[in-house]
Amino acid sequence: MLRFVFHRLFIQAIPTLWAVATLSFLLVRLVPGSPFASEKELPPQTMEALERAYGLDQPITVQYFRYMGGVLQGDFGPSLKMPGRTVSELIATTLPISMELGMLALLYALVVGISLGVLAAMRPNGPGDSISMGIALFGICIPSFVLGPILALVFGLWLNWLPVLGWSDSAHRVLPVIALGSIYAAYIARLARGGMLEELSKDYVRTARSKGMSEAQVVLRHALRGGILPVISFLGPAAAGLLTGAFVVEMIFQIPGMGRIIVNAALNRDQFVMLGCVLVFGAFMVLFNTLVDLLLAWLNPRIRMGEAK
Amino acid sequence: MSSLASDAWKRLCRNRAALSGMILLLLIILACIFGPFFSPYSFEEQDLFRANEPPNADYWLGTDAIGRDLLTRTLVAGRISFAVALAATMVSLIIGVLYGGISGYAGGKVDTLMMRIVDVLYALPFTLFVILLITLFQRSLVLLFVAIGAVEWLTMARIVRGEVLGLRQQEFIEACRVLGYSRSRILLRHLLPNVLGTIIIYITLTIPSVMLLEAFLSFLGLGVQPPMSSWGSLIKDGVGSMEDYSWQLLVPGAALFSTLLALNFLGDGLRDALDPRRKGAE
Repeated sequence: MLRFVFHRLFIQAIPTLWAVATLSFLLVRLVPGSPFASEKELPPQTMEALERAYGLDQPITVQYFRYMGGVLQGDFGPSLKMPGRTVSELIATTLPISMELGMLALLYALVVGISLGVLAAMRPNGPGDSISMGIALFGICIPSFVLGPILALVFGLWLNWLPVLGWSDSAHRVLPVIALGSIYAAYIARLARGGMLEELSKDYVRTARSKGMSEAQVVLRHALRGGILPVISFLGPAAAGLLTGAFVVEMIFQIPGMGRIIVNAALNRDQFVMLGCVLVFGAFMVLFNTLVDLLLAWLNPRIRMGEAK
Repeated sequence: MSSLASDAWKRLCRNRAALSGMILLLLIILACIFGPFFSPYSFEEQDLFRANEPPNADYWLGTDAIGRDLLTRTLVAGRISFAVALAATMVSLIIGVLYGGISGYAGGKVDTLMMRIVDVLYALPFTLFVILLITLFQRSLVLLFVAIGAVEWLTMARIVRGEVLGLRQQEFIEACRVLGYSRSRILLRHLLPNVLGTIIIYITLTIPSVMLLEAFLSFLGLGVQPPMSSWGSLIKDGVGSMEDYSWQLLVPGAALFSTLLALNFLGDGLRDALDPRRKGAE
């Protein structure tokens, strides 16, 4: 297991992170066009002075090592469009909020998705199965930016049950989390159903049943562990989707997360802010994927045997 | 091959959910293509005296904030949504099939390296990468579908590679090699046609996810730019005014929802029809 952790971390995770950082940096810096070019033409002297002030007139290798050196110390450079603000500061104030939204939505998706999936798999083609999979199909077809406004409209504006805008107390979290997490709950329900169906058809389950164990015990104590493996493998992509999906939900519910910063950076072509956000997300994704792989290896020893050699 | 296709077609038509999905999808596409020609309004014609009207006899699905007919706008926006979805899927298909095919056929070290690159790319936050591309280049429709296609090919590459890897051990490929056929001929004429079923299944899964991504970007204002609009940008406009004029959100939202629903039904049906062994597995 230790070898597997080592391999996963030093042979895969860290080189991946380095590749992501280098690729994004080169992409951003080598695309022609100054980041200061805008609709109103700046005099060339101003342009030069700006580029000099931000060190963009240096050779690309110097810029690269300077930037990477900064990143290793947690300094992602200055914002090019908001004078006086650093990228690190922008990320530090907004990332925790986006993280909280994403994690709550993931938790909600897991709880709802696995429950629906297990329920469906216990009686395939029965009424529970049809209802669960009907809900899942519905969930897959409503994107968060349609579900969110509809939830806000119905439960916020018409029924007045829950607050719609802001992020100050726990009541504010309900609608955004449902809006963001539902589509993933639907995917997880499908995956959990498939995994559980396969697991429940195995011999050891028949043995457990013939020993006289109750169905609930068979499902919860034995089959669940193997049956949710497909769900665990899906956690990586799900986390990526949730984090980026959070942007629209943040816009709809006016939550002060990273979404607005990224959208504004994209609209204003604020290169360093975009670069910083890509790196932070990349790092988070690599970390999360590594954790998921370790979890999978722990749940299923066959995986770690295959990869360690 | 032809009997396989006709068998699959028969299975598909027996599947009621898939059939209704296919019919619904056809209706939506036909409405988007031909509907605007029969509409008395153009998608940009404004009538400020009749702004924000709820659905009525003149404007079947109401009007928007500057008095444009919402039905016509939704249909025209649908054209853009479908066009971007198809074009982006084609881009991802071409890259993914060639990459996966070459990787699987080459095998050995080349295969390991090529798949390692895919693994690295998989770890990236895709959507953010599309946004990064949009930030760097001038925003345009072509950039939009190239950028989406450029991040959506990974799964296709993995699937095609897996299939090719299995097929290339078989005797008929060995026979081709003995006959002295070139590598590209074996790959394009003999291996890929055998992967076609899997590719079709995966296309029906890619189209809805590409459509969602386009709508997501347009919702954020980073996708389709005015005066053009897609369902995503109409939904964005609708959210701004939903408190008083909810139909402006519900109409384009319903269009996107029913299209995704139809594509899902059709996709599930196609999967069962083309790969009967897997029926009921998912």
